Amino acid sequence: MTDLRNAIVELYRTAASSLPSDVDASLRHARGKEEKGSNASAALAAILENIRIARETGRPLCQDTGVPVFFVKIPCGVSHLAVKSSIVKATRIASRTIPLRPNAVDVLTERNSGDNTGNGFPVIYCEETKGSSIAIDLMLKGAGSENIGQLYKLPMEEIGAERNLEGVRRCVLDAIYKAQGKGCPPYIIAVGIGASKDQVTRLSKEQLLRKIEDVNSHQTLSAFEKRLLRDVNRLGIGPLGFGGKTTALGVKVGVNHRHPASYFVDVSVSCWANRRAQLIWKLQS
Amino acid sequence: METAELKVDCSTLDSKGAKTIHLPLTEDAARSLHAGDRVFINGLIVTGRDKLHNYLFNERPPKKRIPFHLEGSIIYHCGPIVKKTANRYQLIASGPTTSMRLEMYEPRIIAEYGVRGIMGKGGMGEQTLHALRENGCVYLHTIGGAAVYLADRVQKVLDVWKLDEFGMTEAMWLFDVKDFPAIVTMDSHGRSLHDELQENSYRELKKLVRMK
Repeated sequence: MTDLRNAIVELYRTAASSLPSDVDASLRHARGKEEKGSNASAALAAILENIRIARETGRPLCQDTGVPVFFVKIPCGVSHLAVKSSIVKATRIASRTIPLRPNAVDVLTERNSGDNTGNGFPVIYCEETKGSSIAIDLMLKGAGSENIGQLYKLPMEEIGAERNLEGVRRCVLDAIYKAQGKGCPPYIIAVGIGASKDQVTRLSKEQLLRKIEDVNSHQTLSAFEKRLLRDVNRLGIGPLGFGGKTTALGVKVGVNHRHPASYFVDVSVSCWANRRAQLIWKLQS
Repeated sequence: METAELKVDCSTLDSKGAKTIHLPLTEDAARSLHAGDRVFINGLIVTGRDKLHNYLFNERPPKKRIPFHLEGSIIYHCGPIVKKTANRYQLIASGPTTSMRLEMYEPRIIAEYGVRGIMGKGGMGEQTLHALRENGCVYLHTIGGAAVYLADRVQKVLDVWKLDEFGMTEAMWLFDVKDFPAIVTMDSHGRSLHDELQENSYRELKKLVRMK
């Protein structure tokens, strides 16, 4: 598993320093839409320059290298514990060599572990796959945007949200209105709808792995995502909260079945620096 | 569609429309800055975020116990990545963190330590706006996430305080910055561009909620 560990260190490096090309392209497009001379346009220019320097130098493009979140698909017969152990070891090495900012803090002692490992840190979700390769998606989730996420339990009278997609639309608008520019827009907004709190928060996070241009395979949801993006951008919060046309680059929605008595909606938000990277690890037969 | 575009007369942060400021700032200099001004900051600034604010607020160390001169300087809400090499600190990335978390601490810190600028991202609230007016101070918004771009505007990491106690992220770092770009978004005359933007987005929100 040493080779896998080293590959995960490189996965960290890619995620931290090289923004995915779809996000980069979307930010360039957004800059073209902002008024010349506006603060929004200037902020996006600085962001694009930052992306370039980070990619060329291998330095983390944001000092908050976030909470590492792993989504791992593992073929039948391969030990999940062994893969998790490789991830933890790789995290320690990556923290030192890239370097990542040490972000794992013990809640009781307030001590920072110094290497981004601790209880439930990094976050690792494993599931079995029918394929013959290990597929690892890594997301470096910055705290500024994580802090503006919201979990809703519908119906919710304060925001006039009933248990339907119109209610979900109100949740998304409420969350982004409250966030204003605090979480580094333009945002990528992800929504999870379903039966239990833990499930919808994970479901929304998974939506953040989708590319900006990805179209939802369900027609109703695809139209809903477009509508939400248009509406959110009418709030006018703009890049970094300087005002402007682009408050979000994309909105992605995932649904599970719900309980008759429950309708949970989780809104997870990524900052413009939606750092994700994928590793496909072929197993030797 | 109504958006709160903040009109300025230059196309990038490096343009001529910006004001160059040199630290330490006097009260008059701080009061001469207005919301919407783009600035290039030069001189010594210190970082400080959650733990540092909590410490200054609760322990209230006298100025002479703090190794850096806060008077006339800027507190930058930033938890940088710093690499220690043989004989110096190398700055890897140093963008701003969300300022709003420090809202409850900032007014007293501005008043007691005489800082003339608070820099971060996302803006701050009523209490800080009031403190800016009372004491002659400004809130500076810089570019969230542009951490290597901004680290390259730091000429040197001169020193650090509370590194062992608070750790790299939460320590107070002393930076010598050159042409560090920011925009004044809250001034000492009671104006907050964040509040104005929020009011505009609230009007839009109400319209969006009415039409199903």
